[in-house]
Amino acid sequence: MTKLVQWLWGLAILGSTWAALTMGALGLELPSPYREVLWPLPAYLLVSAGCYALGTVGYRVATFHDCEDAARELQDQIQEARADLARRGLRF
Amino acid sequence: MASLELSRSPLRSRREPEVCSAGQDKYSVLLPTYNERENLPLIVWLLVKSFSESGINYEIVIIDDGSPDGTRDVAEQLEKIYGSDKILLRPREKKLGLGTAYIHGMQHATGNYIIIMDADLSHHPKFIPEFIRKQKEGNFDIVSGTRYKGNGGVYGWDLKRKIISRGANFITQILLRPGASDLTGSFRLYRKEVLQKLIEKCVSKGYVFQMEMIVRARQLNYTIGEVPISFVDRVYGESKLGGNEIVSFLKGLLTLFATT
Repeated sequence: MTKLVQWLWGLAILGSTWAALTMGALGLELPSPYREVLWPLPAYLLVSAGCYALGTVGYRVATFHDCEDAARELQDQIQEARADLARRGLRF
Repeated sequence: MASLELSRSPLRSRREPEVCSAGQDKYSVLLPTYNERENLPLIVWLLVKSFSESGINYEIVIIDDGSPDGTRDVAEQLEKIYGSDKILLRPREKKLGLGTAYIHGMQHATGNYIIIMDADLSHHPKFIPEFIRKQKEGNFDIVSGTRYKGNGGVYGWDLKRKIISRGANFITQILLRPGASDLTGSFRLYRKEVLQKLIEKCVSKGYVFQMEMIVRARQLNYTIGEVPISFVDRVYGESKLGGNEIVSFLKGLLTLFATT
């Protein structure tokens, strides 16, 4: 099963459960306070998923390591390498 | 049938420790190059340093795709300096893409493990001994360098680049659940037969190629270990990330999403 199909299955199952409950299909009549919560639930879920995504990406951007040391170490080693290679007769 | 199984298993258990011992393992580094005249001697020097300091058996296969800047000339000089048992030149006439460069390089590689990395100094050879340690620790089929975990990171990226990178990585993780944190990186160690199998299966190009390798690896139930690496963006030459790359990345991602 491809990832796309997995997603479609998941969405179809959640969507039809939601539709069945809100529309009162199959003779399921939920008390009205429940239905009032249930009706806008997909919108809430979408918004919170969006917030989660933005929050996660934002946090990861903010904590992305800047490898200053690695860059400095590399620069030093480049000098060393150039000197050593020139000594061994490399024409750059 | 049963007697066959019985007679085979003791033989195997006797043989395996030998194959796994450090003395017999050989690591072939594949370096595809195109206009890397400046960087090639430096990366080779760093590789030799890293391998000889840790006493690892190695060879470096340079696959130059007809660079007009004289990369091949520098490679020939390096072959003379370090010896043709350590530096193998396997050039091709023109630019033919990364996947075929790996296939070409592997045909000439004598190691039982293959290391692929960029020749532009963004991947530092000092991590290779860590890759090897990690591979032995978990007997992994693949060890992938990761910029996104532990002490991993980048140097030389502005905020925009970081946002795109983290954003693309987040979406990829959600859609593909690949079981590895850095899909677009190309600093990895493979068992030779695993890399051969994966390249046969992969069809994409560029960034997506590296991503597809990991996705296919998961499909084929290969195990993946990860080592945090620091990625120092190109010191010499230009780094490329334009609108085109982003569009082709998204296309590739959606293709993998729909087909794997």
